Amino acid sequence: MNLRAVWAIYKMEMARAFRTVLQSIVSPVISTSLYFVVFGSAIGSRITEIDGISYGAFIVPGLIMLSLLTQSISNASFAIYFPKFVGSIYELLSAPVSYLEIIVAYVGGAATKSIILGLIILATASLFVPLTIEHPFWMLAFLVLTAVTFSLFGFIIGIWARSFEQLQLVPLLIITPLTFLGGSFYSIDMLPGIWRTVTLFNPVLYLVSGFRWSFYGKSDVSIGISLGMTVVFLLICIAIVAWIFRTGYRLRN
Amino acid sequence: MPSIISISGVTKTYATGFKALKEINLDIERGEIFALLGPNGAGKTTLISIVCGIVNRSSGTVTVDGHDISRDYRAARSLIGLVPQELTIDAFESVWATVSYSRGLFGKPANPAFVEKVLRDLSLWDKKDAKAITLSGGMKRRLMIAKALSHEPRVLFLDEPTAGVDVELRQDMWAMVRRLREDGVTIILTTHYIEEAEAMADRVGVINRGEIVLVEDKAELMRTLGRKRLLLELRSPLAAIPETFSRYALELSPNGDQLTYTYDNQSERPGVASLLRDLETAGIQFRDIDTQNSSLEEIFVNLVRKDA
Repeated sequence: MNLRAVWAIYKMEMARAFRTVLQSIVSPVISTSLYFVVFGSAIGSRITEIDGISYGAFIVPGLIMLSLLTQSISNASFAIYFPKFVGSIYELLSAPVSYLEIIVAYVGGAATKSIILGLIILATASLFVPLTIEHPFWMLAFLVLTAVTFSLFGFIIGIWARSFEQLQLVPLLIITPLTFLGGSFYSIDMLPGIWRTVTLFNPVLYLVSGFRWSFYGKSDVSIGISLGMTVVFLLICIAIVAWIFRTGYRLRN
Repeated sequence: MPSIISISGVTKTYATGFKALKEINLDIERGEIFALLGPNGAGKTTLISIVCGIVNRSSGTVTVDGHDISRDYRAARSLIGLVPQELTIDAFESVWATVSYSRGLFGKPANPAFVEKVLRDLSLWDKKDAKAITLSGGMKRRLMIAKALSHEPRVLFLDEPTAGVDVELRQDMWAMVRRLREDGVTIILTTHYIEEAEAMADRVGVINRGEIVLVEDKAELMRTLGRKRLLLELRSPLAAIPETFSRYALELSPNGDQLTYTYDNQSERPGVASLLRDLETAGIQFRDIDTQNSSLEEIFVNLVRKDA
């Protein structure tokens, strides 16, 4: 194992985050605060509580998940796409590093950033609403599992993308709608019957539901299913990455 | 000693069906400077990319110091430094950070003293905190070299190292290449500046349309394929070359004051001495006389043309 290489890449990725601190940290904090103002105050004044939880507190896990998903994907996809775009990827490909090491370093870097971000949003949220975390261990577990899974997913997009447009396509057209329709801002019990069923096919629902359970002990679907779905998605991503690396897909061709 | 790089039966067909390399066999000797010449699109960069692990080959085997580049890629790649043709650097990193990163990427422990030495050797030391994006083109080129040297490679690939580089930097680079060779580093450079190969290389390989058409010791190549040219500045211009000189196949300049006689070492054609005697007999006097060796460039152009 070339641990020095893993460390070098990881350090470089983290340095990039701190260099672009405005984009990486400040802007998500501002947008989260805006969600609180708009959803928490404006809509929250009409929906006072869901499942016995005040609306402001109810949306916190969903908001964190929203940022965690989008940031994990954009961090990881950009991290591997950019060297491909400018050509500096030659160095990575000519270095004595295995695919596993490349993944651990890039996905580790991207996941670390989004976990830090998730915690910052959590801290920001605690300024607006009173929060309780009933299952801190599971809260962290969901945070890490989701960050890693979607960083892997972003990594795949970054390798697949041949243009900046393609890089934005999947997050914009698939992930954002799924997140908004995944029960971040409402309980799926509030939906009419047919839409409730449709929502059950949305993988993001399981992430948000499980994550909310770790805060308040209440969820739309059972915690076991939430955890299972998250792990399944992680395994799918790992399988795709393994295939990419075995064939050199869009990297060594 | 066995060769440091051994390429056998390597082919590359891209997904588009384009055959970039057809059955390449090539051995690079330990410690030599090998120049790989070829026109644009001949397959130079593809071949280098395969050896360095950037592009997968379609078939064949490559070993670096006995290590197979697929089975034993870690050992093989850690011996190689690559300076690609394009200036591709993470623009927002400092010189120091990006060179240190390269060293780490190749699994070498941090060694600030060594990185400092590399930067000083390449006149980059006073730019160590500058971001790559602020460097001039020549400086960026040096930075690429610094990155490649940061992990103390035993084999250095220079892909078109002096393309678009000014004279001073080119001289510096040649001096650096010679220093590295003295330290035992094997250097493979691709170029289409023939003068570069002529000035630097121990051996020359010519690649054209994905095939190695020639590998030869440079001096030997110049000797066997080289032509010589005798230039005679005439005292008074000639209207035409006299009939009696037809066997020399002389060329007369348009204004009639210069005669050119081209000959080579294995030539059947009569020698210089007899030409001079015959000129004297014919009463053609000359002011000055000069001989020229043909350059590698002409040799190269002839080879590639013949092949076309």
